[in-house]
Amino acid sequence: MTLEEILFYAFSVLAIVSALLVVSLKNTARALFLFFIVLFAMAGLYLFALADFVAITQIMVYVGGVLILMIFAFMLSNKALLQDLQQTSGEFLSLPNWQSMLLALAFLIIMITAFVEWQTEAPIWVEQAKAQGTFIKATDNNIKQLGFKFMTQYVLPFEIIGIFLMMTLIGAAHLSRKDGQP
Amino acid sequence: MITLTHFLAVSACIFCIGLYAVLSKKNAIMILVGIELMINAAILNFVAFGRYDKINYGGQIFALFAIVLAAAAVAVGLALILNVYRHYKSINPDHIQELKD
Repeated sequence: MTLEEILFYAFSVLAIVSALLVVSLKNTARALFLFFIVLFAMAGLYLFALADFVAITQIMVYVGGVLILMIFAFMLSNKALLQDLQQTSGEFLSLPNWQSMLLALAFLIIMITAFVEWQTEAPIWVEQAKAQGTFIKATDNNIKQLGFKFMTQYVLPFEIIGIFLMMTLIGAAHLSRKDGQP
Repeated sequence: MITLTHFLAVSACIFCIGLYAVLSKKNAIMILVGIELMINAAILNFVAFGRYDKINYGGQIFALFAIVLAAAAVAVGLALILNVYRHYKSINPDHIQELKD
């Protein structure tokens, strides 16, 4: 077993175990802080797919933006909301929990069996890339290529996402405004 | 080199944990966390497949777009949750049944 595999398994176990803890903890604040660890471990997993820029973006946008926003919304809200948030979601393995666990497990089994079936025949383009050696290698200059692609081939989605982000910014500011204020 | 199947198995586990959170939680912020987990699993699939797409870099680029969309969704979602709480004094989705008060 190489070092790469050991690190990959460590990161995936970290991600899965802390995600399980996130969904099973009763305390919302603790769950939100554990969500940090899940996101960091997912960023580590992206590195193993040689997506270094995506990993850095994950850390900057998710850990730096989304989670801070969630923790702000959680901690800056008033006392009644905090008490509502701390309420437990029924006893463990009550019927809704049990049903949802069954559903999630069934979905997991469906996906795992699909993977096992799929093992024998990968998509053609993956096979071609493997045969011709045109997959991304660790020595490639990924970020430079991504910048070129953003500004040439994918410039339309890039601009659309910029406009979309501005709309979201205005919409969120409008929604979170207090009533009666201009 | 890590094979594709490893990535797919990990992302399937993360996706199902997110699905469980969305289905079972009684608290809107935790439901949002579950949605984020599912989006993260999808992004992991994107980058794992995108490794074999050296010409177009489609996987990595759309993973970046998905991260931006998720961030936007969280911003609007949290604003909505706080607003809904102000109206209904509860963020349990089971109690929010009417559109207009």
